[in-house]
Amino acid sequence: MCLAVPARIIALTGDKAVADAMGNHWNIRTTLTPEVKLGDIVLIHAGFAIAQVDEEEAKNTWQLFAEIAELEEQEKHKDSPL
Amino acid sequence: MLERIRKAHALMDVACEAMGREINIMEVCGTHTVSIFRNGIRSTIPENVKLLSGPGCPVCVTDQGYIDIVIDLAQRDDCIIATYGDMMRVPGKNGSLETSHRENVKVVMSSEDALEFARKNPDKTVVFVAVGFETTTPATVVAVEQAKKEGLKNFVIFSGHKLVVPAMEALLSGMNNKIDAFLCPGHVSIMIGSQAYRPIVEKFKKPCVVAGFEPMQLIEGIAEICRQLIECRADVTCLYDAVVKPEGNLTAQKLVAKYMEPTDGYWRGLGKIAAGTLALKAEYAEFDAMKRFGIEEIPAEELGGCRCGEILCGLISPPECGLFDKKCTPDTPVGPCMVSSEGACSAWYKYGRRQRR
Ligand code: SF4
Repeated sequence: MCLAVPARIIALTGDKAVADAMGNHWNIRTTLTPEVKLGDIVLIHAGFAIAQVDEEEAKNTWQLFAEIAELEEQEKHKDSPL
Repeated sequence: MLERIRKAHALMDVACEAMGREINIMEVCGTHTVSIFRNGIRSTIPENVKLLSGPGCPVCVTDQGYIDIVIDLAQRDDCIIATYGDMMRVPGKNGSLETSHRENVKVVMSSEDALEFARKNPDKTVVFVAVGFETTTPATVVAVEQAKKEGLKNFVIFSGHKLVVPAMEALLSGMNNKIDAFLCPGHVSIMIGSQAYRPIVEKFKKPCVVAGFEPMQLIEGIAEICRQLIECRADVTCLYDAVVKPEGNLTAQKLVAKYMEPTDGYWRGLGKIAAGTLALKAEYAEFDAMKRFGIEEIPAEELGGCRCGEILCGLISPPECGLFDKKCTPDTPVGPCMVSSEGACSAWYKYGRRQRR
């Protein structure tokens, strides 16, 4: 539940924003990070941007999430649990 | 990369030598717990370096008394319970939110969704199940601020928000604790800042290292702890400085301080922690579910047979619980540590059983 996902801000009006993470779009608030601008990458937690991150950090995390998703997928196709 | 890993391992070996005993490092972040398992980090570090999963999962530390109250509220016709999905399956005395009065319980992704239920259902009181650590609290506070602005009379929060540093201090004050150092949570630290751990290194002389979630950060975090132990120092070190600032997120801190204040409250397994829980300040009582429903205190309750409490304190590991993998599995969880995907028992169940340790 403490998970935070990096996402790029693709629309911003006041403190309402739309953010894109790996193609998924979310309505978020930037109330807690008033300094962010259109195009910035932020970490999103429970519908709020909590910090700005740089491109490299975001890419690493996206990659990690993709790997995890892949693992989970493989996991599902395994027969029985051990 | 290999070179960095080798270096880290060398430090760990030297530390084990120097200490002449096991080194116990507690991670206080559920996502760390999961990442450590997923990446098989336990099996790559020296046997003598033990990683303990601490109270890092908000669901797991939520006291059963709190859950029972939420389930009671869910039975009322005049209430809608708005909760993050994680809380749905946590067992209380009589079932969970998922099994009892499901029609009054709505899963939300954010506090804003909970507000929206309040706007759309003016004849019901929406109770927002406000759990989580410092990472999540600001979202609750923003919702209260918004409700106040809009004059929404049918939105209240039931605060079970917890503060990480007081819990770490309580753990270290425990008589039989064996913690040598903390691997500090990444996202909580974004909010409170790495300097928030100063009191721990000063008062208790235990290293506090903030790390992110990638395997390399975790390994180097453990190595940094070992370096400090070898040098007999205790410092705050932040390896996740791409995102974590020393002072944290000041906007969020200010907001929370405006609406909430620390109070004593129960944590599962840790008992009552002084100033470890957050409550709405008296001037915002109209948004406080406890005031609205005349709830005086959240009683301390523990589930029989479940040893989550000892696990959260780092005293035992999940397989030592007699119910683990028998009566208690992710499909039939007995305790919260098995419910939440970030819980220690669930992580052990999913990944630990096929790893060496
Ligand atoms: S295995 Fe189940 S019953 Fe045992 S401590 Fe973990 S959650 Fe509780």
